[in-house]
Amino acid sequence: MEDKIKKVSIIISKGGLDGVYPGLILANGARMEGIEANLFFTFFGLDAIVTKRMNKIKIATVGNPGMHMVTWLGAIPGMSAMATSMMKKTMEKIDIPPIPEFIELVADAGCKLYACKATVDMFKLKKEDFCPQMDSIINVGKFYEIAAGGQIIFT
Amino acid sequence: MPKKQYGNAAVDVDAEGFLTDFGQWTREIAAAIAKEEGIAELTPAHWKVIEFMQKEFKENGQAPSVRKLNKSGVISTKELYDIFPGGPAKKAAKISGLKKPEGCV
Repeated sequence: MEDKIKKVSIIISKGGLDGVYPGLILANGARMEGIEANLFFTFFGLDAIVTKRMNKIKIATVGNPGMHMVTWLGAIPGMSAMATSMMKKTMEKIDIPPIPEFIELVADAGCKLYACKATVDMFKLKKEDFCPQMDSIINVGKFYEIAAGGQIIFT
Repeated sequence: MPKKQYGNAAVDVDAEGFLTDFGQWTREIAAAIAKEEGIAELTPAHWKVIEFMQKEFKENGQAPSVRKLNKSGVISTKELYDIFPGGPAKKAAKISGLKKPEGCV
């Protein structure tokens, strides 16, 4: 137990439910074990903390081999929405909250949330576009500074 | 199975110190476990959490998640982390005499 993890900084770089949930679960799990946690949202992962988008994150049914679905079937209109709805129901059953509630939960648990400066510039976003739990918009250098002395996990 | 001595009571525990027989739990033992976990005194807010956890455990066979504690109105997530510092779900379950929570959230 001597080399217990004391701090983790988790990067969420992918959008979609399967891109966002693992990082959130890792961060929340860290806080539950008394481990200091930071979340850094970049590229499409940023959707998870953008107020207008965080509630509309879906699971991709095209180009997602994990779904075990042939392309033409996944491309039928409404298929992604249906798969998303099914997945959300299952998650609720096993007590995993929807993304906006999960963001609130990890923030209340003491995890710090950061947005990637380069992505914010690329998508022309402003601080007001983010949920109130977002701490600040930082660049990579600042991220490394914050992550110093801990583990970094890229998802 | 390992035993642990709290005052003049010997209780059965698992390798991590969680009680294996809830029947052996008492309020005094709870206070003693809390001290070991760095909580000097159990306040009414702690007891509210402990009682809810035990009730949930009796009904569902497992300790409630942090989310459930928050949603049930027993305690906010922030306050829970404040009063059980360094691992709220695990510590609260241990003090409540329940087994270690298995959920991921």
